[in-house]
Amino acid sequence: MSSTTHDTHHEHGDHHAPPYGITRWLFTTNHKDLGVLYMSFALLMFFVGGAMAMVIRAELFQPGLNVVDPYFFNQMTTMHALVMIFGAVMPGFTGLANWLVPVQIGAPDMALPRVNNWAFWLLPAGFVLLLATLFMPGGGPAGGWTMYPPLVLQMGDAFPFLIFAVHILGISSIMGSINIVATILNMRAPGMTLMKMPMFVWTWLITGFLIIAVMPVLAGAVTMLLTDQYFGTSFFNTAGGGDPVMFQHVFWFFGHPEVYILILPAFGIVSAIIPTFARKPLFGYSSMVYAVAAIAFLSFIVWAHHMFTVGMPLAGQLFFMFATMLIAVPTGVKIFNWMATLWRGSITFETPMLFALAFVILFTIGGLSGLMLALAPVDLQYHDTYFVVAHFHYVLVTGAVFAIMAAVYYWLPKWTGHMYDEKLAQWHFWLSVISVNVLFFPQHFLGLAGMPRRIPDYAVQFTEFNMISSIGGFVFGFSQLLFLWLVIKCVRGGEKASDQVWEGAQGLEWTLPSPAPYHSFETPPVVK
Amino acid sequence: MSQAEGSYYVPHESRWPVYGVPGMVLLAAGFAVYLNGGDWGVPTMVLGAVITLMMVVMWFRDVINESVSGKYNHQVDVSFRQGMAWFIFSEVMFFGAFFGALFYARVFIVPWLSGADPATSQYLWDSVLLSWPTAGPGMQDLQYEAMGPWMLPALNTLILLTSGVTLTWAHHAIKENHRSKVVLGLLATVLLGATFSFIQGYEYIHAWHDLNLQLSTGIYGSLFYMLTGFHGLHVIIGALTLLVILLRVLRGHFTPDDHFGFEAAAWYWHFVDVVWLGLFVFVYLI
Repeated sequence: MSSTTHDTHHEHGDHHAPPYGITRWLFTTNHKDLGVLYMSFALLMFFVGGAMAMVIRAELFQPGLNVVDPYFFNQMTTMHALVMIFGAVMPGFTGLANWLVPVQIGAPDMALPRVNNWAFWLLPAGFVLLLATLFMPGGGPAGGWTMYPPLVLQMGDAFPFLIFAVHILGISSIMGSINIVATILNMRAPGMTLMKMPMFVWTWLITGFLIIAVMPVLAGAVTMLLTDQYFGTSFFNTAGGGDPVMFQHVFWFFGHPEVYILILPAFGIVSAIIPTFARKPLFGYSSMVYAVAAIAFLSFIVWAHHMFTVGMPLAGQLFFMFATMLIAVPTGVKIFNWMATLWRGSITFETPMLFALAFVILFTIGGLSGLMLALAPVDLQYHDTYFVVAHFHYVLVTGAVFAIMAAVYYWLPKWTGHMYDEKLAQWHFWLSVISVNVLFFPQHFLGLAGMPRRIPDYAVQFTEFNMISSIGGFVFGFSQLLFLWLVIKCVRGGEKASDQVWEGAQGLEWTLPSPAPYHSFETPPVVK
Repeated sequence: MSQAEGSYYVPHESRWPVYGVPGMVLLAAGFAVYLNGGDWGVPTMVLGAVITLMMVVMWFRDVINESVSGKYNHQVDVSFRQGMAWFIFSEVMFFGAFFGALFYARVFIVPWLSGADPATSQYLWDSVLLSWPTAGPGMQDLQYEAMGPWMLPALNTLILLTSGVTLTWAHHAIKENHRSKVVLGLLATVLLGATFSFIQGYEYIHAWHDLNLQLSTGIYGSLFYMLTGFHGLHVIIGALTLLVILLRVLRGHFTPDDHFGFEAAAWYWHFVDVVWLGLFVFVYLI
């Protein structure tokens, strides 16, 4: 521990240089260390969840029960979702926020660095409990990640572990978000007014608010499951005057904001990358901010569109249908702003830009299929079919995951001080973008033709599209090993990155050296 | 808020948060094993709880020591305020889930089962007529009494509201640097909180044994115990927090300008107070 900067009046902290060894990572309160931990954890979980997806696609390659036991298949679909949502995408975005928010607003670190450490280390804690369920009597959770009663109550010994894992992961993301929101509201450099903040910071401010608002609701919902199972309560038992549908309402009051938690930071990332490589400022900055806020507001009043088939008064169906379709308006604002940013720009196609452009196109496809699902009478046909699976994988894989990859390529030179291997990265992009469409596009047709989701076997007429989809899935899955290799290679060495890194990049992070110093801004930069 | 001064405080790294990991894992796993009927559940749970509690104590000890030694600046103070405010907001949303369940049960489930939704009532329990409070159509023969609002709950409302006044009185005293008045106000608040908990305990025993109102008494019993139970837990946590603040006042901590620890505990106490008012109106009164 060095005290070399104690003689200056600029910083009153106790700690300046990273210590060595394992305790650096266990005890760290440094936003960059925690960002690295978060993103490494997310990458690990991406491969764990990906392996589960490979099992699913292997089983669905042909009709009939071929590879795994159907009960294990159900565990795979359930755990794949839980691992990818709570283990890969959310920690991935939190990791990016950790690394980027302080440097983008001109702060030395996060507002509550120790809470930050706790929030991260609760993730492995939650996943120890969650992944251990796979080895328990009765197996892991298999009733779908939405945990609907009464099905979820029919699990074996793993049930309370699932509930407590959700509690712990919830505490983790609430603590992580409180820290991020407090940082954004309190740690901005002089002159960095709210409407000068980079879009990524704005999207995270709103995402953080959503997480703090809805994760406790999920905690409440699963607590009711727990007491129904073990303490004799009747929340979801009609004989006792409860209602299983009530769980769906409480769950989706969490669940719908949750899907925006998984996409809003992606909007922020794309809003940073497209202007850089179009060499033009972002078109319509303030409308972008208002659009994100509008999407966040609407996310609280659309939840029941996930349950049109469950039985709901007509007025309710109409309200949730129209409210849902309204979301297309602010989302459309964002898409058109990105297009207007590209308009007459001097565009180059480095890998981050390729991923960002693929995001805009493919996320729009996912958004449009979402609009179709929003129509209550149509949803009665599509509900719980592969069409839904195709829809949310377009918004989450080619949306959220592509944006995270774009962000990694974009900021990796700033983090490591080295350029990544551009040629190999382009290979990774093209393999991914082609295979992901081979993987998910046929699932639209399967769903429209009536193939239900969450089944290990299917009627023979669905064989061809499933085979195509599985082949796409395997290529996509193995292509991601390239991504792992590219990141490792870039961390270990490579062409030296300049401080600016990208010719057209704007923002405070590019004024720091590459790699950025341990504490980003020891004195506040002045933002004009 | 943007900062004008040219200085930042970056705290020392801390070993305590990560100790919470084995603590929480053992606590959760132990509880889960206990629920599954395993033998080593309870000891594991106790071990986890002890580790978690130690983490909390040691973490706060570090923060208090740093605070008392004057290391924190205005910006750190605002960060703590932000953190506490958002934490309380998350707690509000947690209670919101249970209040939402209460409203859903009363506004939708009861009338639907009673025939307002023909399909539901026809396929499940034809021609039952339910009214709140209810233990549900499957337990219509169950003899129990609902917990009335007057007597114990009304007394507890009075106690909590009074405790809010004594706490505010203590807050004014801390700003005027009247240490003995602060001690008196905090002591009164903690004692009122403890009285509340004792009365609630008595109320539970009375309801459970005399009124035959139990957790298994249908949706009414579920909501009654879960809502008031989680609230009661928060009263205990809030009173313990205020007790720690009282001990800190006795140690000479806090100044008229700088006493966020006190204010955070007070915010929390007022939040618990407001939740109680919601409970009194929607669980007991109407």
